[in-house]
Amino acid sequence: MSMRLFVSRDAGAVAVGADEVALALEQAAAKRGVAIEIVRTGSRGMYWLEPLVEVATPQGRIAFGPVTESDVPSLLDALASNTPHLLRLGATDEIPWLKRQTRLTFARCGVIDPRSLDDYRAHGGYKGLERALSLGSEAILAEVTASGLRGRGGAGFPTGIKWKTVAQAKADRKFIVCNADEGDSGTFADRMIMEGDPFLVIEGMTTAGITVGATKGYIYIRSEYPHAVEAMNAAIQAAKRGGYLGDKIGGSAYSFDLEVRVGAGAYVCGEETSLLESLEGRRGIVRAKPPLPAHHGLFGKPTVINNVLSFAAIPFILAEGAKAYADFGMGRSRGTMPIQLAGNIRHGGLFETAFGVTLGELVDDIGGGTFTGRPVRAVQVGGPLGAYFPRALFDTPFDYEAFAARDGLIGHGGIVVFDDSVDMRRQARFAMEFCAVESCGKCTPCRIGSTRGVETIEKIINGERVHENLALVEDLCNTMKFGSLCALGGFTPYPVLSALKHFREDFAPIPTTLQAAE
Amino acid sequence: MTTLYEPHYEPWDEARGAEIIAEHAGQEGATLVILHALQEAFGYVPEAAIPMVAQALNLSRAEVHGVFTFYHDFRHKPAGRHVLKLCRAEACQAAGGDALAARAEAKLGVALGNTTADDRVTLEPIYCLGLCATAPSAMLDGRLIGRLDQKRLDALVAEAQR
Repeated sequence: MSMRLFVSRDAGAVAVGADEVALALEQAAAKRGVAIEIVRTGSRGMYWLEPLVEVATPQGRIAFGPVTESDVPSLLDALASNTPHLLRLGATDEIPWLKRQTRLTFARCGVIDPRSLDDYRAHGGYKGLERALSLGSEAILAEVTASGLRGRGGAGFPTGIKWKTVAQAKADRKFIVCNADEGDSGTFADRMIMEGDPFLVIEGMTTAGITVGATKGYIYIRSEYPHAVEAMNAAIQAAKRGGYLGDKIGGSAYSFDLEVRVGAGAYVCGEETSLLESLEGRRGIVRAKPPLPAHHGLFGKPTVINNVLSFAAIPFILAEGAKAYADFGMGRSRGTMPIQLAGNIRHGGLFETAFGVTLGELVDDIGGGTFTGRPVRAVQVGGPLGAYFPRALFDTPFDYEAFAARDGLIGHGGIVVFDDSVDMRRQARFAMEFCAVESCGKCTPCRIGSTRGVETIEKIINGERVHENLALVEDLCNTMKFGSLCALGGFTPYPVLSALKHFREDFAPIPTTLQAAE
Repeated sequence: MTTLYEPHYEPWDEARGAEIIAEHAGQEGATLVILHALQEAFGYVPEAAIPMVAQALNLSRAEVHGVFTFYHDFRHKPAGRHVLKLCRAEACQAAGGDALAARAEAKLGVALGNTTADDRVTLEPIYCLGLCATAPSAMLDGRLIGRLDQKRLDALVAEAQR
């Protein structure tokens, strides 16, 4: 009997040598005359252990990592003789970092072959859609609403209400659009799920289609994610062959088709109206709202536009029921959030857990602090538009409202860790620079404010009239916050103001009179 | 698998360009799809193609030009033989990306966003490859590299210069 091995094909694993390890395993096994089968899965999300190699045993999978090409001979020796190996991590499911997670959305990621529809179905895939088909539109809407699911792209708008609005709209055509323009630094959950469990996204979008009466969907994936584009296209073809896309889905009366469209390197296209413009073949210029995309979306038709993770949460909710999902979480943040630990962090990766875990637990305990071994000084939560939090705010629970109450946001769930070598003036300037480069140009506060912001912070760095310029930056941030059309100009003040507020010592020497008073 | 993938592009040819445009023109909102396809074939979007796209989609030349210039991905001239992209976003900054970018600029003698005088290497910033847990990261002609350090960067630069 051949030995079954699992090696990730996730871009993050490939970037640290997973392809080379898979090839070395194949070659070494062939040389020894050992029959092996390598399944290329998604990633388990423990990136410090990638390339991770798992082997199937009657007691479940056993993990080894991080494996390099040179470890392959000794690894095969250990597997053949069933002897210990330095890189052996034990049963994968028992690894504490994985075991303490609540994987509802990422349950299959890293486990199944993302190219195989059969594998997806064998692991509970399409159970949600089957139930949805038997429920019908109104009952599905009731389930999605009762689950408490809120948009995982960052805005946190209740998904059930969005879907209901589109379901009630009258039009000859409606669309489902998946926002896979995951441009926030520190986030990679969309990429991982598209590469590791693409049928899940298809199932979620198909469910949305039958609920609101749309027959066509688009997945807009950023061009920086070629592996995700390939994985989604392969899965769409497989779903079509298997009767899960196209006419009469799963033997029902419903039709639904999907197409991947690739972005072209514009960060602002992650904003939903800009994305719709881009899908229509135009410059990614933000639209004023109202009208909402739910009424007047893609090609002017009612459109459900949701983030990848929102669609990916749907199959669980329908398969297991709204209550099973809503039982997790805190306050108005129900269910689980796939949190991404990134930057200067020892144990970086994807950690899915119920809302309510504190920032300190995530960074210190789960993330293990910095990989440089230096103290954590700042963490940016929620991408380039998210606030920088100091250690003093590490008791903040991961929850939409709790972060908002502290002038921050959870955004798409990315946490970027910085050690004490960080210069917060540079981070504040970068936030403005990024906004200036990526601004679509439609509204003045964002287009011009960001450039003035860069200039003014530059002056502060150069020590020119520091206190006056700090006041000017704060004033400018308020103008951008309240006067911009979308989140790019509107949220760029978050990293800038939080840097000023929590790390003031980086911007200006504290006046000597104050120091004396303390 | 560590061998360098060298992109091969066709020289610009009007008939071939027209064929590519016609292949995609029937799709709804086809402008980006066509521009991507042209760049994939020729390595850039030749100026001569812009009015052809406009005519095929019944748009003005200005509209197509506007789309072409809005997006960072589209090139108006061919890149160097190899393209080295360094991730410059926050997660990579936190992991020492600033120093590595400065090192790459010094080694190649060009600032980010430029091509070496011998046309061998185009060095570009990229804002997030989504490899934020194995930062800093880079991409050389479509190949991803994570956990970049000085040694690995030097090897990449040398590889790109070959």
